[in-house]
Amino acid sequence: MYKVKVFVTLRESVLDPQGKAVQQSLTNLGYEGVEDVRIGKYMELTINEKNQDVEKTVKEVCEKLLSNPVIEDYRYEIEESVQQ
Amino acid sequence: MKFAVIVFPGSNCDVDMFHAVKDELGEEVDFVWHDADDLSSYDGILLPGGFSYGDYLRSGAIAHLSKVMNEVKKAAEAGKPILGVCNGFQILLESGLLPGAMLRNKNLKFICKQVELKVENNETMFSSLYKKGETITVPIAHGEGNYYCDEQTLKKLQENNQIVFAYGEDVNGSLIDIAGIVNEKGNVLGMMPHPERAVDELLGSADGLKLFQSIVKHWRESHVVNA
Repeated sequence: MYKVKVFVTLRESVLDPQGKAVQQSLTNLGYEGVEDVRIGKYMELTINEKNQDVEKTVKEVCEKLLSNPVIEDYRYEIEESVQQ
Repeated sequence: MKFAVIVFPGSNCDVDMFHAVKDELGEEVDFVWHDADDLSSYDGILLPGGFSYGDYLRSGAIAHLSKVMNEVKKAAEAGKPILGVCNGFQILLESGLLPGAMLRNKNLKFICKQVELKVENNETMFSSLYKKGETITVPIAHGEGNYYCDEQTLKKLQENNQIVFAYGEDVNGSLIDIAGIVNEKGNVLGMMPHPERAVDELLGSADGLKLFQSIVKHWRESHVVNA
């Protein structure tokens, strides 16, 4: 069993109006040092694949569904979890 | 001419689309569920607006992987007219039938109002009954209609004259105010404004009707002898 953490964020070249609004709000709160906020998505996948390449599967699902490469970047962390 | 209105779980403009085609345009139309595996009996495919699969993950992301989309791709390859409105446009973008993607509206708000559109290209099968540069009034209703693509794609869209409709002013942050684009072949149109909600003066505007009439005109000219 694998626990996979997937992070999807808007690409650097894409303006993130949500992040901008949050950053502005933090400035108003007095946190002027917070120069930039980017908002993204976090997903946890539990994958049970014995014979297949887990990383290959993760890359495929990220590209086919979990992210849209036109506007988003993704990264992931794979952890092997010991079965109880 | 026979149209299919594709219905996904969460579509909510399907009935408006059906009404526009059946009652205002006077052509044949069926509702077709998202798991259909044959669209060969239809001459035109309409992807309506709404919130397919609750807009989970991204607008149109889950719907674009549904079974019927393979058939929509086949119909697109066969040169049949495909129209995606609002969520239908988002599904066409996710499926790669049209280039680019949608971001949240610049002001982060759901915008629902009548807008003015400029007809940028009247030489498509969807816009031939409009005049070039004509201003028409059609409603929008979306939270994610801020069209984005990379510079190269934008250049290509402009060079190939693929921008069919543009907003009269900046309404949602879309690149160069893009409201609707066609594919290179010219038979797949995606647009955020709702022409099916502008088919009768009682609704505030009948400017959308010409879009549907243009499709029928093109079809008659290419399929009916002595049209």
